[in-house]
Order: sequence, then C-alpha cells, then structure tokens
Amino acid sequence: MYALSLRHIYLIKGSLPRILDLIYWPTIQIVLWGFISKFFTLHTDLYNHTVGIILSSAILYDFLFRSSISFNMLFLEEIWSRNFTNLFVAPLKVSEIITALTATALLRTLIGIIPAVLLAAPFFGVSIFALGPSLVLLFLSLYLFGITLGLLVTSGLLRYGPAFENIAWSSLFLLAPLGCVYYPLSILPDWLQMVAKILPLVYIFEEVRSILLDNVVNYSNILTALKLNLIYFTSAVFIFYLAFYGARKKGTLINVGE
Amino acid sequence: MVAIEIKNLTKQFGNVWAVKNISFEINKGKIIGLLGPNGCGKTTTLGMMLGLIKPTSGSIIINHNNIENNRTGLLEKMNFISPYIELPKKLTVEENLKVYGKLYGVKNLKEKIYNLMEKLNLFEFRSRKTGELSSGQKNRVSLAKALINDPEILFLDEPTASLDPDVGDYIRGFIEDFASKKGSTILLASHNMNEVERLCHEVMMMKNGEIIDRGTSGDLINKHGRKNLEEVFLKIVRE
Repeated sequence: MYALSLRHIYLIKGSLPRILDLIYWPTIQIVLWGFISKFFTLHTDLYNHTVGIILSSAILYDFLFRSSISFNMLFLEEIWSRNFTNLFVAPLKVSEIITALTATALLRTLIGIIPAVLLAAPFFGVSIFALGPSLVLLFLSLYLFGITLGLLVTSGLLRYGPAFENIAWSSLFLLAPLGCVYYPLSILPDWLQMVAKILPLVYIFEEVRSILLDNVVNYSNILTALKLNLIYFTSAVFIFYLAFYGARKKGTLINVGE
Repeated sequence: MVAIEIKNLTKQFGNVWAVKNISFEINKGKIIGLLGPNGCGKTTTLGMMLGLIKPTSGSIIINHNNIENNRTGLLEKMNFISPYIELPKKLTVEENLKVYGKLYGVKNLKEKIYNLMEKLNLFEFRSRKTGELSSGQKNRVSLAKALINDPEILFLDEPTASLDPDVGDYIRGFIEDFASKKGSTILLASHNMNEVERLCHEVMMMKNGEIIDRGTSGDLINKHGRKNLEEVFLKIVRE
C-alpha cells in the first residue's frame, strides 16, 4: 500500500510544474469567486455574508472536486504511463489499491487546497475555520463523496478502458447544479429538489449556510450527509470490485493502456 | 517437481475462442519457450497465468496453489516483463526499483537494488528519469524490476524485442545466468527463434489457441524435417 503511495509521492516531489498545477486551479477558483462575491456584497443588501458564504462554499466544493479528480488522476497516471499491467501483476489486493489511492488522493488534494485556504483570509477576510468544529465532519463527508465518485469513475476505466476518461473530467460538473453549492435547495424546482435530496452535497452545503448565516449547527444535516456518503461509498467499493472482476473476465487489465 | 500445471485451460471472448482447452506442465527450474504467430493465444495464456485474465474454464496450478484461490500470494513469487508495458517514465531508475521492491515486499531492498543496478549496468543512470533512457537501457530497468523479488516463476514476453543485437545478447546472457543461479522456472514467449533455441529447455508451439506440439528444439527440428526452429515455426504456421 505504502509502495503505491510512494510511487505518486515521487511523481509529485520530482516535478515543480506538477506541484504548481495542483495549487494553481484551486487558487484561481478562490480568487475568482472572492471578487465575484465581493462585487455582489457591494451592490446588494440581500445578505451581509455573501463573500463568506460563497467563498467558504467555493473552498469546500473545490476540496470535493480535487478529492475526486485526484483519485481519478492517480489511476489515469498508471494508464498514461503504461504501467497499469505492472501494477496488477504485483501482489496487491484490490482493497490495498483502494486504500492507497484514497490516502494519496488526500495528500494531492491538500497540496492544492491549503494555499487557497490561506489566501482567502488576507485577500477577502474569509476563514473557512469560521465553520467551527463541524468543519471536520463536513470535510470528511465531502472527502467520502469525492472518493466515491473517484471509485465509480475508475470502475468505468477498469471496465471500459481509457475511453471512459472523459467521464472522469465531467462527473462532478454533472452533479454540481444539483448539489446546491452556492444557492439553497429551495431555488430548485420541486421535482429537482426530490432528486437533489438523494445527494449528500445538499445537506453539506445547507449546513454551511446554516452555520454561517444563522450561527446554528444542525447535526441532523451532518448526520444525513454522512449516512448517505457511507451508503454510496460502500456501494462504490462493491462496484469497483465488480469492475475488477469484469475487467479480468474481459481481459482489459492486460491492455488497458493501449 | 512440477512448478506450473495447466489443466484444460480455455478462454472465450464473446464468440472468439482465444485459448482452447490447453494442458501442460512445466517442471521447476526449466525454461520453456512459447512460440506461435500473432493472435494465437500466447498473451491470453500468459495473462491467465498471471491472474490478469479470468479463464472461462480450466485451472492454473502454480506451486500447488490454484491462482484463482490465492492470486496475491502467488504473485509475490512471480514476475513479468513485456515490451508492451513500461515503468513510470517520470520516476528515476532508483525510485522505480524502490517502489516495485516495496510492492513485492523485498527484504534488504537497498542492497538488492544496488546489486541489480551493478549487474545490469544501471548504476550511472540511477538518478535519471526512466522515460529519458534509450530503449536498451529501459529494457534493462524493466528486467531489474522483473528480478527484484527473485521470482520463482518468471514470465518473459519478447524480452529482447526492438533491441540491437548487442543489448539483446547481453539480456539473454543475463537471463541464462539468473535462471541457472536461482533455479527459477521461466516461460518465454518470443518470436526470436535463436533466442528460444539458446535459452529454452523445451518449446511449445501454439496455433489458433491450441498447443499443437512440444519438445526440445532438436526434437522439433528432427520431427518436422527442417533445418532450424525458424523453419519449423514457418511450417507449422503455414500448414
């Protein structure tokens, strides 16, 4: 497990452009949303916490996005470098692959998100830590959901090969409108609200607004998000195993890089 | 003592029978060549023996264990090299060997890597990124990776493909030396008949998913009334 993580640590450590790339996108995202929300604050009195809410949501959403993309990227790196078969003839259990990718994805995500979090305070006066101790549970929930999406996409890569790569990039964009990241659930039409409620994202971001706007921690939202995440994560692990079994049956493990 | 026992092994992809009911045994310490035209089922057979492909039916027993029941346990004692797969290009030679050494749980890894780099003339490239090396140098790194766990069973898929004669000869010599010292069992898939004649104790001929002949190079040459193994191969393929 450690060896697989080490492979990616070497990869990151050995390339300054790769580290800069990890930091660049979250930072740009925070700066962009920071100025947009500052503009809204100056030109509307809808509520006074626009910058804080939008930026905090942007940081949390980016954390989710990076977790998922990092998991996918770790897997895609093996396909692109044609190292995939070498890994699968090594004595690695599927559970060890999942654990190693999950741990390494966290490292990759933190490299990207920490500078963005640190920038938000001096530039826009927003600290994500205003969310208090609940922040730990919110991050955990987002991370679980990010890894779940990563597992589902990599299951597709295992089963269908690199042709599934585009889904890796678009998976989160499909869910973002339903996640109610920047707006409350009530904005969605009734029928879409029903769909949105099966996503843990809705409960996470409703909770962020509840804490920042009303200073109220609603643990039922946090618990619902965690419960949903555990169900989805367990299902995604099961699907990953099925995809591995399917790939062995179909013979794609031996030529997935081609 | 039998190291590899294949019984009625079959693989079907949709309507295509890639491997048709093959059975064979390989004794411990033997080097066996697997010859056949492209698409005859060699890679599928190797893939099944490495646990990468699930057989449709039949069994693969390695060191008295069925690979379907103890895949990771057996893979610890096996390794594989193929020109169609590569090591991560952005990692240095030493980093790649460290990663794979740890993946295989190699003890005294530092010493092991040092010895392999020395024997395979890789020492001067140890800090170079693997992707920056020539194909001959990359091939030596892949061979070092394949030998990092002192495999009891080694699968070599065209180990000298696209190498110049000098490097190819060096690699063949190295494999010969490794096999005699470690007593490893080796299955070699190759299109280089001289390589097969030089290295292999026996040769299996594969065509259309079946093993159609087996014997020493000399036996096969005599049996088919040809001058060398290449002519035997051509005869079998064109029949």
